Amino acid sequence: MKYNSVFDIIGPVMIGPSSSHTAGAARIGKAARNLFGEEPAWVKIYLYESFAKTYKGHGTDFALVGGLLGFDTDDPRMSKALDIAKQKNIKVEFIEDDAKADHPNTARLVIGNSSEELELVGISIGGGKVEITELNGFALRLSGNHPAILIMHNDRFGAIASVTRILAKYEINIGHMEVNRKDVGKEALMVIEVDQNVEDRILQELENADHIMQISKIVS
Amino acid sequence: MFRTVAELVEIAESENILISEVMIRQEMDVKNVAREAIMRDMEKNLNVMEKAVEDALQGVQSVTGLTGGDAVLIQNYMKEKTPLSGNLLLDAVSKAMGTNEVNAAMGTICATPTAGSAGCVPGTLFAVKNQLNPTREQMIRYLFTAGAFGFVVANNAFISGAAGGCQAEVGSAGAMASAAIVEMAGGTAQQSAEAFAMTLKNMLGLVCDPVAGLVEVPCVKRNAAGSTLAIVSADMALAGVTSRIPCDEVIGAMYRIGKTMPSALRETGEGGLAATPTGQAIKEKIFGIAATVKE
Repeated sequence: MKYNSVFDIIGPVMIGPSSSHTAGAARIGKAARNLFGEEPAWVKIYLYESFAKTYKGHGTDFALVGGLLGFDTDDPRMSKALDIAKQKNIKVEFIEDDAKADHPNTARLVIGNSSEELELVGISIGGGKVEITELNGFALRLSGNHPAILIMHNDRFGAIASVTRILAKYEINIGHMEVNRKDVGKEALMVIEVDQNVEDRILQELENADHIMQISKIVS
Repeated sequence: MFRTVAELVEIAESENILISEVMIRQEMDVKNVAREAIMRDMEKNLNVMEKAVEDALQGVQSVTGLTGGDAVLIQNYMKEKTPLSGNLLLDAVSKAMGTNEVNAAMGTICATPTAGSAGCVPGTLFAVKNQLNPTREQMIRYLFTAGAFGFVVANNAFISGAAGGCQAEVGSAGAMASAAIVEMAGGTAQQSAEAFAMTLKNMLGLVCDPVAGLVEVPCVKRNAAGSTLAIVSADMALAGVTSRIPCDEVIGAMYRIGKTMPSALRETGEGGLAATPTGQAIKEKIFGIAATVKE
């Protein structure tokens, strides 16, 4: 089921004007920010279909940037996000892409600083709910309904087992799991949706497990 | 977990509980939290809705100047004249439009199910409240009942204008409000479903054609239509009128209609009212660029 809580329907509390184009956009921005782990120095935002046609009117531009600044959907600073980014010297660029997208509200965010870069595709499916459909070239389907951990690892035998063993040790139940790799033996991504929030000490232990490169966490 | 309106009604009837209670219990189960926490969270949403209506009745204006102030005009008219459509109905219209005026003015609102359609549920609630005198808990339950029906729509069809047109937004919102009104007025679970079906049937095919891509024209006034239909359908259901097409099939029809709706009429600002000469002139004035017209 795409929606599992009544608060997806009655909610979120948000700054207007559009749940899919403002609140949803802010959540996509915030997911990218959380995964990147810090405030980016520059952002390039590609918009598709309805997002591309109406982003100025709907405030999709300031909402995406507000999310990247770490704002929640009801943050009163939301409508000033573009100015705030400018004051912080964050380089922001919007590109209206006329390519066809699978979903009418699609945004591709490429963000980075002098040393690192992250690329994420998010869709806003309505009522402020979003899904992350691509991360650094990996296709995935992250609903944001549950806390999740994203693990970049090397495609080697035992990598998955070493992660699930640690989660089992702390009695963390996996609700949904996906594994995706660029090529045999190359970089791979594990996406694990869990039922409860994962503490930092467990993340630390996961990071030290065999073949693990990098870990990030999304709190629902 | 219920997937359809038929299942929702069946649970309410077999356990002899309200629709709102079915939703509350499911939420407790899904989130694994206590009833008090869920009721408290929903009350926070109710407080946001109440504040938005209060702000609207003080008068608000959007940045573009396209919307704002109509909720006040209607309230003044009600004080000075006897409205032809009746005080309760017009009060709902004023509060529904007011909520969306606050949304367009970038104020704080609670999406129900979306921001563009955020007026129907609170607008009707704060109007019928004056006649039904509900407790605070019943007002919170109103939101759970509305949410239960919206939950079925969101999982079986869509609730965004970009995906399914305005029928998915104001259509769903108005229908959700009808179902909630019926429960608050003491109707049965099945009557809630009938009211929902009758409202949504009358919203089928409604396109999403925002002028200049803004959630202002025609969105604010569509919430007037959604809340009016919500109250009328609730009254019809309470009177014993039923829908010939079952509720779940109406939701299915809404989904198929949305799927075949051209993209120019799904929140791209390229067709319908957005493509009228005045709609284009407004876009040009605000953004300095002419509207793309596609239909």
